[in-house]
Amino acid sequence: MAETMNIVEEIRNRVILGEYNVKNNFRIDIVHLDESTMEFDMVGIDAAIANAFRRILLAEVPTMAIEKVFIYNNTSIVQDEVLAHRLGLVPIKADPRLFEYRSTGEASAEEEGSEIDTIQLQLKIKCSRNPRATKDSADPRELYLNHMVYSRDIKWVPIGNQADVFADSVIAPVHDDILIAQLRPGQELDVIMHCVKGIGQDHAKFSPVATASYRLLPDITLLEPVEGERAERLKRCFSRGVIDIQDVAGKKVAKVVDSRLDTCSREFLRHDDLKNAVKLARFRDHFIFTVESTGILPPDVLVTEAIKVLMVKCQRFLSELDSTDLE
Amino acid sequence: MAGEGEKKPVLEMVQADGADEGCVTFVLHNEDHTLGNSLRYMIMKTADVDFCGYTITHPSESKINFRIQTRGSIPATEPLRSGLNELSDVCQHVLNTFQARVNEFKERQEEPME
Repeated sequence: MAETMNIVEEIRNRVILGEYNVKNNFRIDIVHLDESTMEFDMVGIDAAIANAFRRILLAEVPTMAIEKVFIYNNTSIVQDEVLAHRLGLVPIKADPRLFEYRSTGEASAEEEGSEIDTIQLQLKIKCSRNPRATKDSADPRELYLNHMVYSRDIKWVPIGNQADVFADSVIAPVHDDILIAQLRPGQELDVIMHCVKGIGQDHAKFSPVATASYRLLPDITLLEPVEGERAERLKRCFSRGVIDIQDVAGKKVAKVVDSRLDTCSREFLRHDDLKNAVKLARFRDHFIFTVESTGILPPDVLVTEAIKVLMVKCQRFLSELDSTDLE
Repeated sequence: MAGEGEKKPVLEMVQADGADEGCVTFVLHNEDHTLGNSLRYMIMKTADVDFCGYTITHPSESKINFRIQTRGSIPATEPLRSGLNELSDVCQHVLNTFQARVNEFKERQEEPME
């Protein structure tokens, strides 16, 4: 009973202390950053807000993806709907901040979409027999031309003034080598695709991250000095690099060097003599974020966009409150 | 006070008690735990809030019931407004810190190459 009261007191204190935390104790450390992945630490923030950022990264940062597929000719063995589904999942390298959402249902549903909200792409490919193949080869790469349809075969068709606006950047799929369909001689694909702006909440194809996750920094404390052979066993219970054996006055003593590398497998609890020597907890306000982008936007841009999305949500309700108050 | 008479109200107020303006349930449309939990956290830190909680009425409908009960006769829109402002400020602070650190990191990366 006393333990639960301590935990309740701790939670209450945490909420009150949080008042002073954000401006003073908050910091961000960037550990790793390249074009596709990013690892950074956010310290001094509460789980509610860190989770809000993670949820927004997954589901509410907009991207462009193929939505409507107009199939003029498909004689391949891939069914129309399966082909359309696969095309929708191909990531398209177009900056979504330069486009608008397509307004739903206001104009007629047949409206093709204008240059500010649609990207038009075309896939037109026909497979034929290779006249230069040797007589007894069995390799399809030799026998046929264009028998594998890759994402590099998707071509951009600029509409309106897009050719001038995007003069220096070509709009195309992020990766060249995504296999879309396989063909044999005589089969062809003639498809026009429209890309629109959307969010991951609507369909997962619009999600800009391969994944975005966070974990809490582990807190490993040794409650008693662990020496000699016990220290060796303790070192093997944790991930490599977490515990180091140091020579103190001739004896080998275990010391926690880097708790960040630990995966918290709790292996030490399986050893009767080690389970009371270590306390394993987590720092409640130290979040290690890992953001992997699909390539449409760099990961640091994604995080800034996610923070802006949360600010826009707050502003929307603030303006709602103000406008209903004025009535 | 109801939401606006438009086709899609974004925020509605449902008062349980006619006279008492301190206990109000707000209905926020097109929201989920993302805003609900973070807003609840910010409002709980406000001094004169007796009770603050949110619930998602049904997972198929994207709306949350957000309830605020204040101590004294403070209207419930006050802590809601201050909570939204504070959340917006926290986001701005995080954004500034993050962008500063990213620029620092990128400059540090370019130094060994020069």
